Amino acid sequence: MILAWFIIILLAAGFLTWLFGQRHPLWARWIALGALAIDLVLGLTIWLWHPGQVALPDHGAWLIAVQWAWIPEFGINFHLAMDGLSLLLVLLTFFLGIMAVIASWSEIQAGVGFFHFNLLWVLAGIVGVFLALDLFLFYFFWEMMLVPMYFLISIWGHENRVYAAVKFFIFTQASGLLMLLAIVALFFLHHQQTGVYTFAYAQLLGTPMGPSTAMWLMLAFFVAFAVKLPAVPFHTWLPDAHTEAPTAGSVILAGLLLKTGAYGMLRFVLPLFPQAAWLFAPAAMVLAVTGILYGAALAFAQTDLKRLVAYTSISHLGFVLLGIFAWNELALQGAVLQMICHGISTGALFMLAGALQARLHTRDMRRMGGLWSTVPRLGGVSLFFAMGALGLPGLGNFLAEFLVLVGSFRVNTLLAVVATLGLVTATVYALSLIQRTFHGPHTEGRRIPDLTTRDMAAMAAMIAALMWLGLYPQAFLKTAAPVLHDLQQVVEPLRTVRR
Amino acid sequence: MDVANFVGLLPLMVIAATAVAVLLLVAVRRRHPAAAIMTVIGLGGAVMTVPLAARVIPRQITSLLIVDGYGLFYTALLTAASMLVVILTYGYLQGREGNLEEFYVLLLLATLGAVVLALSNHFASLFLGLELLSVGLYTLIAYLRTSARPLEAAVKYLILAAASAAFLLFGLALIYAELGTMEFERVAMLLATADKTRSVFVLTGLAMTATGIGFKLAVVPFHMWTPDVYEGAPAPVAAFVATVSKGAIVALLLRYVMQTGAHPYGSLMLAFSVMAAASMVVGNLLALLQENVKRILAYSSIAHLGYLLVALVAGGSRGVEAATYYLVAYMLTTLSAFGSVIVLSDPDQDAETMAAYRGLFWRRPWLALVFTAAILSLAGIPLTAGFVGKFYVLVAGVESTLWPLILLLVFGSAVGLFYYLRIVVAMYGALPEGADVHVSRLAAPLSFATSLVLTVLTLGVLWLGLYPAPLIHTIRLTVASLL
Repeated sequence: MILAWFIIILLAAGFLTWLFGQRHPLWARWIALGALAIDLVLGLTIWLWHPGQVALPDHGAWLIAVQWAWIPEFGINFHLAMDGLSLLLVLLTFFLGIMAVIASWSEIQAGVGFFHFNLLWVLAGIVGVFLALDLFLFYFFWEMMLVPMYFLISIWGHENRVYAAVKFFIFTQASGLLMLLAIVALFFLHHQQTGVYTFAYAQLLGTPMGPSTAMWLMLAFFVAFAVKLPAVPFHTWLPDAHTEAPTAGSVILAGLLLKTGAYGMLRFVLPLFPQAAWLFAPAAMVLAVTGILYGAALAFAQTDLKRLVAYTSISHLGFVLLGIFAWNELALQGAVLQMICHGISTGALFMLAGALQARLHTRDMRRMGGLWSTVPRLGGVSLFFAMGALGLPGLGNFLAEFLVLVGSFRVNTLLAVVATLGLVTATVYALSLIQRTFHGPHTEGRRIPDLTTRDMAAMAAMIAALMWLGLYPQAFLKTAAPVLHDLQQVVEPLRTVRR
Repeated sequence: MDVANFVGLLPLMVIAATAVAVLLLVAVRRRHPAAAIMTVIGLGGAVMTVPLAARVIPRQITSLLIVDGYGLFYTALLTAASMLVVILTYGYLQGREGNLEEFYVLLLLATLGAVVLALSNHFASLFLGLELLSVGLYTLIAYLRTSARPLEAAVKYLILAAASAAFLLFGLALIYAELGTMEFERVAMLLATADKTRSVFVLTGLAMTATGIGFKLAVVPFHMWTPDVYEGAPAPVAAFVATVSKGAIVALLLRYVMQTGAHPYGSLMLAFSVMAAASMVVGNLLALLQENVKRILAYSSIAHLGYLLVALVAGGSRGVEAATYYLVAYMLTTLSAFGSVIVLSDPDQDAETMAAYRGLFWRRPWLALVFTAAILSLAGIPLTAGFVGKFYVLVAGVESTLWPLILLLVFGSAVGLFYYLRIVVAMYGALPEGADVHVSRLAAPLSFATSLVLTVLTLGVLWLGLYPAPLIHTIRLTVASLL
């Protein structure tokens, strides 16, 4: 039941912010913050006091579950369940949600109520995606996060917002329809084999099917998730959407929406179609490595600050994809850790870019430079997160990328070596980011205000989280371990066959 | 005829009696509000009599009409939709010059024709219902006869509808000439037993019937009239054409196909497959090129009928269920979309340019939300009825492994997003410079009845999107009565 409350609180608070936001903008901000804080506390409570393991039949280490009949004619249930992986991602959602509210505190001044309504509904959709264990319900939430995100970009975004919003919407919607098709096909395949109409994840697992059917269905799922992730060549919506979105939108896009793609791979592509995914793994790993290098190279070439950060996301998510399809426990742990660390570090970078834009009214790095002396706090914090992005040991990203590389080295040495180059290129773009914005001569000669106490509090929380992840990741790894262990068990028989 | 037959026909009789009553009222005294209220009460009363009629089903009344669960379901749906159109019409017509009251008489007659179609299982009643519907529509489209565009639209509709009716009639005659019966069931039996399907007469007859039906449904390649009529006709009439008129034909088509068992005979289904594919592609692609909101809705309705035909081609009980669900969702959504257009229109011009919607959200947020919900439902986004409808069609299509059609459906939906989002973008964009052009619209507050209708429609769209189980259950029961 608590899982349903996560979502209900967000949806209800969305209505409240809209209602009260018309009276005074502060109402909307505080309601949103309060709702997210309640959810975060609830989530942390679950983490601290594991209430025993609720085992679904034959599968998984589920902590809590809730299930109601929804459309019985099709065997569709409102079925939410949480295991270690979804727990971590849900916590990340609430954490970054709070950051997004803080980031928009002074940035968003028009239509504040409706803005927070959309913000909370996106987050509700994301939480739903991380918790849904019925494929229809999953698709439902998958699409539900789309519309409010579209509004966030197209109403409160920057110059080219409409183009970016429509592109984002069409890319994800079209690929989502492919996935829906695959879900329905899976539904009928299962019915053919067993005579039962159901969309339940646990029952659809292990549906026997021919190799070519499995490959087609797997590809449909893969494309939907690869667009969200995004993997090259499905990434072209990302730079536009991330750049044009308001700061809070960018934080949610980079920090959370991309993670739903990775989560989908882990939750659905690998377990539902193990053979097909195993066959496809080398190709996916090549895509991943291409993404790592391509994203890094393009990031370096950008002059637009937000666009640069957007391209680094492609590079970092390449590591996630690599880790997932390397498909052993180390690499999987690295991928999960990378999802969390990237969410925090890139979220923070987008907040900083937003802060700079609010002060300078430009994102063009050619018009920046020498800002360190004017805004030392902003510079210092930026340096910290740039170090995080380039993978400085001691911060979470380093550990995550290291685990992925170690894990994939055992699977495919060549690709792992090439992927390692990504660490070098990351250093180049991260340092050049700092160099171009904060160092050098102070060209424009303007006095701008530094980060406020509110901003610094948010940044302090994110810095602390990233250092915790880097110095003592055990808490996170332990939570995700049972899930990843199961996932690896799926592939074990296939691995022996190949040898 | 015993009493039960009359009970079964109560909905029809109430509608017909209301038409006469409104006519008499107009003869005694012209009062626009009174005529509208009487019409609403009559149509509402007809919906109320459906449960009464349901007590005596299934019942064949003469050889022309059959009152069964399926027919009554559609009777209630069409009558209720018509009632909502009347309420929306009142605000639209109020304040215009000329005689407004006969509009309701014509609308009642057209509704009567639609209901006859839903209940007919005989060629004669089919044609009667169709003509009653069409003749009502000719006049309704041209009702605002002082401006040129409605007249142009009406003449176009008159010529094409008359031609298509001739096709249909000839087709029915050919089938009758070969089989010697006009009842659907006998036709089915003869087609099943004798080796009549290869007969040139039957094949030509079926082809010509399909042509006639295709015109009414406005599926490609018989769609040419749709955008012009939608654009030219007064917005409420366009809403009526889009919902009640097409809904009645779908009801008839589903019954015809199920009862004559056209399924085993591939040629008809092949024709419908081609029409479905062409409608999905052409409707969606041409909608991209439109600048006029009413024309966009016209092309979008062409595409939607294409989706619906996919369910029909899929066939079986699941296909008919899917088509029925899709139609309910489509009617709710389309009414709600046209409701927004109607409300925003003024006597000078219908709200059909994109400019009329620019910044609507900032001026009239609730109306913008109503329209947004409708647009998203047309686009098939979850939380709305349109999504569940599309899902149902997808399920039916995948079950019958109609992969080419299904892939076209997915492609069409993706393309559709472009033009649906254009309207949404306009609504949420900034106000244009010199926004005082729209002050008159700003000032006009909605009447209570209109707001109620729009609210009910929007809640319906969301309800069917969130909790479709009850409706699916009802549809299953009614479709079972058909088989």
